[in-house]
Formats: sequence, structure tokens, C-alpha cells
Amino acid sequence: MSTVIQKPLDHQPPSLPPTQSVRLTINSQESHFTVAPWTTLLDALREHLDLTGTKKGCDHGQCGACTVLIDGKRINSCLTLAVMRDGADITTIEGLGTPENLSPLQQAFIDHDAFQCGYCTPGQICSAQGLLNEGKAKTEAEVRELMSGNLCRCGAYPNILSAIMEVMDKDGLIMDTKEWSAGGAKPEMDPINS
Amino acid sequence: MNSFTYARPDDITEALREKSIQVETTKFIAGGTNLLDLMKENVERPTRLIDLNRLPLSQIEELPDGSLRLGALATNADTAYHPEVQSRYPLLNQAILAGASPQLRNMATDGGNLLQRTRCYYFYDLATPCNKREPGTGCSAIGGYNRIHAILGASAECIATHPSDMCVALAALGATVQVSHPTGERSIPFEDFHRLPGNTPHLDNNLTPGELITSIDLPAKGFEKNFSYLKLRDRSSYAFALISVAAALELDGDRITDARLALGGVAHKPWRDQEAEALLIGQPATSDTFRRAAAKVVEGAQGQGSNDFKIELAKRAIVRALKQAAEMSEEVNVNVFQNSNP
Repeated sequence: MSTVIQKPLDHQPPSLPPTQSVRLTINSQESHFTVAPWTTLLDALREHLDLTGTKKGCDHGQCGACTVLIDGKRINSCLTLAVMRDGADITTIEGLGTPENLSPLQQAFIDHDAFQCGYCTPGQICSAQGLLNEGKAKTEAEVRELMSGNLCRCGAYPNILSAIMEVMDKDGLIMDTKEWSAGGAKPEMDPINS
Repeated sequence: MNSFTYARPDDITEALREKSIQVETTKFIAGGTNLLDLMKENVERPTRLIDLNRLPLSQIEELPDGSLRLGALATNADTAYHPEVQSRYPLLNQAILAGASPQLRNMATDGGNLLQRTRCYYFYDLATPCNKREPGTGCSAIGGYNRIHAILGASAECIATHPSDMCVALAALGATVQVSHPTGERSIPFEDFHRLPGNTPHLDNNLTPGELITSIDLPAKGFEKNFSYLKLRDRSSYAFALISVAAALELDGDRITDARLALGGVAHKPWRDQEAEALLIGQPATSDTFRRAAAKVVEGAQGQGSNDFKIELAKRAIVRALKQAAEMSEEVNVNVFQNSNP
């Protein structure tokens, strides 16, 4: 066994910055932990809090797999630092429903076969929940546009769309049903407000 | 991402003081949607981040002179959907909603939108020379692949474009950027905020290193009756513009009494053309008039090979946007949701 002998450095090695204390409410539970300042919210959720439902896809804000809700608003958790969110109220896919009591969107995604590999699904569902909370989408075209931040490599878009449209239909949120044409959707639905 | 230290001041004075200690290597962070991405790519390597999110700069409020003040920390989403923006500045509403995704718009701030950096692929690629990232190393886009690059105002050292949609509308509306620095405040007309690359392409704008944007003020006149934000891109949502046009008209019958015209995706800054606007004012709102203005805008435009198509595309987009603005056809209102690309 050889011994590692470190040669003296000609400069002071950089010291690690101190970790920072962060307090978050995640899925209605208080969490208190310390992280290095460069830890993204996504990495804090997955690596420090074992909430691995939130997925790391591109890690650059392009795919939406890491979508979570902060104070009810959807964001990309890969493009924010945990320390920046100190004090925030966060909902992840684990907080939307339970296996025994699925949220309406979770149930609709199953009913409409709205995924294949499932990797983008937690982000899709959190994003769709954010879309419902925002209340801006009233038509199929608007749902498509306002879900464009979530990519699905398997191409389950038509079924994702029909799952979301079904939940909006049940909630009376659809304004214009003329163009309701998502694959496998319910075409016989009555117009609500048009 | 490199290691860095982090501070979260509560007021502007403290934020400016923190920044001034090591002004070149300290960065402000607000939404973080662009800066953190660039840090992951090692394009940006700050040693200290000053988190601005606790500063009282997120309000949107009307000023006594009728202008609307957008706090620098107001998110793009809150701005686009603000009732005053929707009713008085629908051009801005459309431009913001044409950019990024809902998740990004919920984080990205108005101040940060102005400061986002180019999406030139060579700027992001540490393996290639780039005068913007490393001054003096050369420009890989000139003679390289340059489909997304500038056709106006470029230099022999940089042909990058400014990526923002929001800024194109702000340029057309004639916004003013309010800035604080350790010894005071100043106002910068929007057209003077961003800059052309010249021989210092590493500078995107005319802020000095210690300065902080506090608000963006919209003049009272919002062109809410006749406007269009037309964005043309490779896919119909969630993509940067190849060409975008912010067109705003004031009409008396079919005669144009005031006009604004700005383009995105064509230059190192949002490209407002006041000479083209002058060709519109006083003229009838006809295709001939619009074509003359479009020809003026692309006068002197230069393609770089892969982006030659943009010159003709810009001309056609300008005519179409002006026509939409004049007619306020339904197409204007579906630009955002169903962008029918040509």
C-alpha cells in the first residue's frame, strides 16, 4: 500500500463556503436542513429530502420534468437555489395525492393512459395543477400552449391533453369546446359556456 | 457549477453595498432562470451571489403622470396578466406570453429579462472561441453555423442576437429603465439600454457593474387599440424567435397618426427603427405603406450564410404584423395561443 504524500501548495486552497440553513414547508410538512448555496431546489428535494418523485430531466429548464408548485405556482425546480426559497411553501407530486387517494389529475392521467415511460409525468401533473390554479386556459388550444413547458419524449401529448381537458370539464373550466379534438377524448361533451 | 457564497439583503442600499465589495465577480440573482443555467454551463462563474428577492421591488403601480411602473422583481407572469398591462399594454402582454414557458415566466423577473444573455450556441460552448464570453478569442458564428444570428447592427467581432420577446415590446412602447447605484439613481431610455456589439461584444448593455435595475416604466400611451406581436420560430411554442415584430399603430380612419415598429431576433439589441416609423406616420394604412417601412428596416441588412433567409422573412413579418395591427383581425389574438407559422 502506498502512502499519499501531498506536496505543499504554493497557494492557499480555496475553502468551502459554509452551508446555509433552509426552512421549507414541503407537502404541508416543515423541513429544516442545511445545504451548500449552489444546491438547486431540485437537488435538495431529491438528494437531501428523499422526495424522488420530482425528476431531473435536462437540468436546464427546458423539459419541465422538475416542475413543482411554490405557493401554488408552477416553477422549474432545477433553475432555482434551495437557499433562495427559504420559507417557501412547496408542493411536489408526492403532495398532490396518495396511492389510495389520487388527485383528480393523477386519476385522469391513469384513465387516459397519459404516459408511457412515466419520467415526465410528475412534472406534467404538477404543471397541469399549476395551469388549473392559474385559471388562464379555457380552450384546448390554450391548454396546449400553456403546457408547452413540459416535454414528453414518448409523445403522449394527445392523452395528456385529454386527461387535463377532462379535469377541466368536470370543474366547469372549459369555455370553448368547438375544437375539442384530443386523441381519445370525449367528443360528445356538451358545450359549457360557449 | 463553481462554488460561491450567498447573501440575501433586505434593502437596496445593502444590496448595492454588497455588490460593490467585489463588483466584477459578484452577481445579483433574481429569478435565476438564465444565470443559473449559465453557471451550470460554466459560462458564468461568480464567486458571490446577492439574492435580490427580498427587496421591495415586485410591485406594479401607476404613477401620477399616467405611466405604469413595473418593479424590477415583478415576474414576467404577474406582469403579463396584470389587469393594467392587459388593458393598456396588450402588446406587452402578448410579447411576454410569446416567450419561455409558464414555469419560467413564474420565476423570471422583468429586470432579469432585460439582462438575459444571448442564446448563441458558441457563447454557451466553452470549447469554441467567442468574443462575448472571452474577449479577443474570435467569433465562431461568423463563418460557422449562424441560423439564429443577427442581420442588423452586427460587427466583425460578434453577430449574436438579444433573445428577449418582452424587450421588443418595451422598445416599441418607449419604456424607461430606472437604475440605482451606490451614489444615486438614473433613468435610461430603453433604446439606450442595450447596445450593439462593436469591438466590445462582451458588454450587452450600458449598465455599469455596480448598478441595479429598480423598475421599468411604461409611458402612458400604450397603443392598446392597434397592435401586434408576431413571433416566427421553428416550432410554434416555447422556442426563441427567428424573427419577431412588435407593431403598434394609432389610426385616424385609415390614416396612420403614430407608429411604433421594433424587431427581435435580428440584432444584438431589440431593434426599433424610428426612420421606418416616420415612413408610416401620415400615410394610409395600406400594404404599400407597410412594404415601404419594411424595406427601410432591412436596408443595410446583411446575412451570414445560414441566416440569409431572415432578411426576406423580416420584411414579410413586418408587413404582416403591421397589417394585423391596422385591421386588428382575429389573427392578432391567436398569435400567442396558435401561432400560425408561415
